[in-house]
Amino acid sequence: MSLTRQDVEKIAHLARLSITEQEMPVYVTSLSSIVNFVDELSQAQVGGVLPMAHPLDGQHQRLRPDVVSERDRHEKYQQNAPAVASGLYVVPRVIE
Amino acid sequence: MSGWEVVIGLEIHAQLATKSKIFSGSATAYGAPPNTQADLIDLAYPGVLPVLNVEAVRMAVKFGLAIGAAVAQRSVFARKNYFYPDLPKGYQISQYELPVVARGSLKVMLDDGTVKTVGITRAHLEEDAGKSLHEGLANATGIDLNRAGTPLLEIVSEPDMRSAKEAVAYMKKIHTLVRYLEICDGNMQEGSFRCDANVSVRPKGREKFGTRAEIKNLNSFRFVEKAIQYEVARQIELIESGGTVVQETRLYDSDKDETRSMRSKEEANDYRYFPDPDLLPLEITPSFIEDVRATLPELPDDKAGRFARVFALSAYDAGVLCASRELGAYFESVVAGLRAAAGAHALSGTHASHAKLAANWVMGELSSALNRDNVDIKDSRVSAPQLTGLLLRIVDETISGKIAKEVFEAMWSEGKPADAIIEANGLRQITDSGAIEAVIDAVIAANPKQLADYRAGKDKLFGFFVGQVMKATSGKANPAQLNELLKTKLDGAEHA
Amino acid sequence: MLHNLNIGELADRLGKRQISSVELTRHFLGRIERLNPALNAFITLTATQALQDAASADRRLKMGERGPLLGIPLIHKDILCTEGVRTSCGSRMLDNFVAPYDATVVARLKVAGTVMLGKSNMDEFAMGSSNETSYYGPVKNPWNTAKVPGGSSGGSAAATAARLAPFATGTDTGGSIRQPAALTGVTGLKPTYGRVSRFGLVAFASSLDQAGVFARSAADAAAVLQVMAGFDPKDSTSVDAPVPDYSAALGASLKGLKIGLLREFFDGLEARNAALIHDALKIYRSLGAETLEVSLPHLPLSVPTYYVVAPAECSSNLSRFDGVRYGYRCDHPKDLADLYTRSRGEGFGAEVKRRIMTGTYVLSAGYFDAYYLKAQKVRRLITDDFRAAFEQVDLVISPTTPTPAFDIGAKMHDPVTMYLNDIYTIGANLAGLPGVSLPCGFVDELPMGLQLVGPHFSESRLLNAAHQFQQATDWHRHAPRGYE
Repeated sequence: MSLTRQDVEKIAHLARLSITEQEMPVYVTSLSSIVNFVDELSQAQVGGVLPMAHPLDGQHQRLRPDVVSERDRHEKYQQNAPAVASGLYVVPRVIE
Repeated sequence: MSGWEVVIGLEIHAQLATKSKIFSGSATAYGAPPNTQADLIDLAYPGVLPVLNVEAVRMAVKFGLAIGAAVAQRSVFARKNYFYPDLPKGYQISQYELPVVARGSLKVMLDDGTVKTVGITRAHLEEDAGKSLHEGLANATGIDLNRAGTPLLEIVSEPDMRSAKEAVAYMKKIHTLVRYLEICDGNMQEGSFRCDANVSVRPKGREKFGTRAEIKNLNSFRFVEKAIQYEVARQIELIESGGTVVQETRLYDSDKDETRSMRSKEEANDYRYFPDPDLLPLEITPSFIEDVRATLPELPDDKAGRFARVFALSAYDAGVLCASRELGAYFESVVAGLRAAAGAHALSGTHASHAKLAANWVMGELSSALNRDNVDIKDSRVSAPQLTGLLLRIVDETISGKIAKEVFEAMWSEGKPADAIIEANGLRQITDSGAIEAVIDAVIAANPKQLADYRAGKDKLFGFFVGQVMKATSGKANPAQLNELLKTKLDGAEHA
Repeated sequence: MLHNLNIGELADRLGKRQISSVELTRHFLGRIERLNPALNAFITLTATQALQDAASADRRLKMGERGPLLGIPLIHKDILCTEGVRTSCGSRMLDNFVAPYDATVVARLKVAGTVMLGKSNMDEFAMGSSNETSYYGPVKNPWNTAKVPGGSSGGSAAATAARLAPFATGTDTGGSIRQPAALTGVTGLKPTYGRVSRFGLVAFASSLDQAGVFARSAADAAAVLQVMAGFDPKDSTSVDAPVPDYSAALGASLKGLKIGLLREFFDGLEARNAALIHDALKIYRSLGAETLEVSLPHLPLSVPTYYVVAPAECSSNLSRFDGVRYGYRCDHPKDLADLYTRSRGEGFGAEVKRRIMTGTYVLSAGYFDAYYLKAQKVRRLITDDFRAAFEQVDLVISPTTPTPAFDIGAKMHDPVTMYLNDIYTIGANLAGLPGVSLPCGFVDELPMGLQLVGPHFSESRLLNAAHQFQQATDWHRHAPRGYE
């Protein structure tokens, strides 16, 4: 199954990835190749088998006690931030 | 409007009142400086992992039991993928195909006193996003992630409501319930309780639902009502003028009292839900459920039913008194106080009328004062024992009901008990017949014309004399005694 | 030579104060300075901190403290968060990222007294089988620097083979420890899923990732796994099961051990590769093991299954890299959309973008059932195949890779060609099983590895089988020329 340019543009938008004009045909080709490859799965007879989301069946989620265990470390963490003002992470204006 | 039927479903997001977040150990307290309650997990740093808060699960189960729903023995957390700056991971951990609480229902009393059963499709656990702030930042937005990761219970109703008023009544009932259960503080100003409304219209008699619009983030009962009303009118007008309703998300503008489109259909997100591989399936055992069931308080409907029965109150009055657990407790405490005093002093009046007296005052004077000063019942400036003390003075006829209202206002502003105020202001009722008679005599003597007119047949002048005596006694004459003595004197021939 | 001693011997000498940790650390730092430029195995060197940590270890040793890893230098794959040290994941996206915390496994190894020499080069965000997708340039195979070392943990593998440290950590999602271990002639262990904490391991595919170890012997790997393994309450997928004494189990006899030969992997296998495995089987039989053929009929579907599941999970895991709170941000974003698309478009390399897009595609509306859901069902069938096989045998054996190391640049033209390198290793990740690769010979003067896979939590038996093989052979003692 081949992907079209529109398919790739739509996927790139959902994934918020900029693709240059030069890169586009390369991605169309390589993604088509990958999708073709995984299409082999369509051959598989799976019957009524349940999907497996975790490799260890039969385990269930641990519950942790409701305790505040973290303290304010925002100065340390915000050292990594590209843009901070008055303790807020700054991004270009978001329009609702 | 005639010929059209409105169909409304509500999605309510209730912030669960846990101390720490659903997947991290950060505090959930409201109002902290920006990003001071956001740890590495909340900030979605590389390499961090979520671990589930047991209390969030307990609270969800509590809710499920309270609405008579089945609690899922096995439920799954799923990732809802989309990009937004207040969503640090680029996905929200929520529940999709297998929510923790399945189908339940709630009985809702409408304004006209009828009871409607509203279906609840499901309730599931998810995490809240952060906040975007626009003020003070030129052409930019500031992101505060303190709220990111706060546990939410999303409660999805069936599209069972048929008017804005029904929707509000349902929303109020859920609001009452989550506060009763102590799983949510219901503070809408702080965003602990939010509502999205799905609204559509269809011609009466048609089974198929019309296209619905979703109005997001309504955070007051009033806004919910107005937004729905606007939206219904908008949709009807649109259809009647040949247009079609578009499935979209809309926001309510309270200044302009209108809804407007938030995102175009083009932006309709493909959330690509899939089970979160960092979290294992949540197993809830029967014994876990029973442990939670043991912590259930008396639920609002049960309490209201009990009040109506035991205190001979109308269903409506019982409902109002049970709007919050604290109000119901306050009321019961006042009644118990009155009864105890009645037992000790053999006061007149049956239990039923003590309850009615308490109900009138709690729903009347007390509620007015609470509303006027924007005070919550738990911070009431007149406590239940203090109100009991005041009502006892009515019951034992120390003061009249009218004077009692003045005393209440003084108690509210000064914080003193009833007796202190009565004494300090000399407000005791005059119950000495001789004293009352003396005043009556003086009034009659001062108003010979009215006396003559009354005796000639103008019965209405009785009120005049009552007013004059009350004026002369600063309202303190015992009304019952006054009436009896006055009637005797006016009708009879005796003069002093 | 110090760098040819095994961990036990080093610990012994440190304990006897015949050598100090500082001396040992200087020795390796000297080798790195001389030999790494030809290999490009490191992204960050932490020489100053290493010497401080070594001095600290020496103080502990002086006070009489002893421990199997106390004072021993190591290298961490640059996908593990190390507090105060850049953690780049081989990507421009995190080139400026200094981790504010230690991954749990890093913390455990620190407490045990190890000395971190630096962070090793890797395929970007662990996506690759050749260490050619790194923002910091490819890693060269010390056996032949025109060849790849394998990936994604290419730097850790090359550094271990070049004796630049006694051991290194790695991570394995589809073979990223075992495959490079095979191509560089070292021992590489991927534990059972849930055996080792993932907290602090930058996520690629959450249901497949596991941290593990590169060492020059199974005995060394056992000593390291002992410290790395164990329940972590910060990782919901971490298993609360007791950790056995791996070193104690190494010496057990292999008599009666049943080893299964994977039939599906021998069809079309190159003759010289097949010969090495058959030789290995002879050795195992001489040690008392029984060998028989087993069939895992769904195993050939493991690569397409993986290339649906792993990209799906990674497409979501990598959404947090958006230029807002840390990491790369594009210059002068004109609006929010531009901030996202360019920070991510410029910050990520091509293979990462390909996998994100593949993952987005297979999860998207209309394709979810045919791809993602289908793949998770096939995953269960593969897991069931292994379970059935383990009812007949104790361990399963196969080559680790279809070929020895290939030329740098040879497979970059088509992603699928690269993906097929993982054909023998992926099954263990899908089923969450532990696997070890150990050197078993040479083809064209390049090392080859054999892989043993066992049931969940069978690391003791795996290491035992690997160790006994290494007692009977000396493939694992060969060093690349110039690095002896």
